[in-house]
Amino acid sequence: MAEDARRLKESASQTAGPYVHIGLMPNFAGIGGVYDSDLGSAMVNDRTLGERITVTGVIVDGAGAPLKDALIEIWQADAAGLYNSPAETRGAADPNFTGWGRCASHAETGAFIFRTIKPGRVPFIDGRPMAPHITFWIVARGINIGLQTRMYFADEMAANDADPLLLRIESRHRIRTLIAPREGDTYRFDIHLQGDRETVFLDI
Amino acid sequence: MTGNTKQMPKDGAFLPRDRNWQPPALAPAYKSSILRSPQQALLSLDNTLSEITGPVFGHSLLGRLDGDLIHNFARAGEAAIGERIIVHGKVLDEAGRPVPSVLLEVWQANAGGRYRHRNERYQASLDPNFGGCGRCITDEAGRYRFLTVKPGPYPWPNGPNDWRPSHIHFSLFGTGFAQRLITQMYFEGDPLIWRCPIVRSIPDRRAIEQLIALLDMENTIPMDARAYEFDIVLRGRRSTMFENRLEGN
Ligand SMILES: [Fe+2]
Repeated sequence: MAEDARRLKESASQTAGPYVHIGLMPNFAGIGGVYDSDLGSAMVNDRTLGERITVTGVIVDGAGAPLKDALIEIWQADAAGLYNSPAETRGAADPNFTGWGRCASHAETGAFIFRTIKPGRVPFIDGRPMAPHITFWIVARGINIGLQTRMYFADEMAANDADPLLLRIESRHRIRTLIAPREGDTYRFDIHLQGDRETVFLDI
Repeated sequence: MTGNTKQMPKDGAFLPRDRNWQPPALAPAYKSSILRSPQQALLSLDNTLSEITGPVFGHSLLGRLDGDLIHNFARAGEAAIGERIIVHGKVLDEAGRPVPSVLLEVWQANAGGRYRHRNERYQASLDPNFGGCGRCITDEAGRYRFLTVKPGPYPWPNGPNDWRPSHIHFSLFGTGFAQRLITQMYFEGDPLIWRCPIVRSIPDRRAIEQLIALLDMENTIPMDARAYEFDIVLRGRRSTMFENRLEGN
């Protein structure tokens, strides 16, 4: 039984609060000279393999206002569908791509923006390929435990239609909350915390 | 009765989060949660590679003063003002095994309860020698250690007279992205802990007590700095049949 492995309980989460930037993006917060640069601020370099894309959006609260104090992290596979992680056993990922990014909502507009590459496909637990996707983790004042979700790509409809996670969403109209439309090289992924368009969040 | 770690699927799926132990998204006494809490049920799914994998950070990332908040923002020869403390402990998984190579990033107010941030409105003074951020990476035994000053409590706009207990914010990366955790550490004996709506978003008193660091006289450096001990637990991985047998004995 899985429960047998639980001698301790996971520490309870607490909100990141409004000053999360001090700890996670101190240069962005104006605290210079402590760290060389803010972790996760650059995802690609000249040698990174794959199609360059931009992912942008806002996080919207239940009153329709964008969050201006959120912090977003993303995690994704490389162009070949491999993760740059010790837990990746299928092969060596692109050494010029960590797959991890961190961005603060813009203080005036609330927009987040990641310059990255389009990920390849990764197998589901049973070996079926999942559609290309990016994992999102969102923290902010008023969010007691980090919100997990995924972004899928609107120009991958055939793959999306067969994606094991998307197929699990019972209210079919909510699938579109996870699919980012493309314009040029930019995918737009707005995240709604509440309301008619509430994003599907994951317990995963 | 720890299982043989060699038998563990080192990179297997994580145990599901206990959502009765973790704070709910909506905790109305913490007013900011009202408009920022999802209202639909979360979609539950077993971990895939996307959750089991995660970024890792090497010790080469760290600068010499990264874990020393008393000096990492201070002018040469100067130091932050406040009660000098050591905050140390272990990062463990739910099976009690230490988790090495965990990046911990911390942030906090200064000794007067003031943050160095453009949105900060509290009238308490800034300390020119205190930035408020630090980081370190756990060693092979899962241990970490910071040197800092004890942060002051501060008032915040929520109820008419809400004060945060002294606290340090912690961010942790485990080995998989699904372990990602942000929490706060409180200090033993602080009467504000039990009045705080953010603390009280946690439903189980034992889960709150787990976030309270204890004064640790054994690791206190005489005539220098008091120590506080704070262990943090990340989600564990599913056990194997082999380990189940051991634990069933
Ligand atoms: Fe705080």
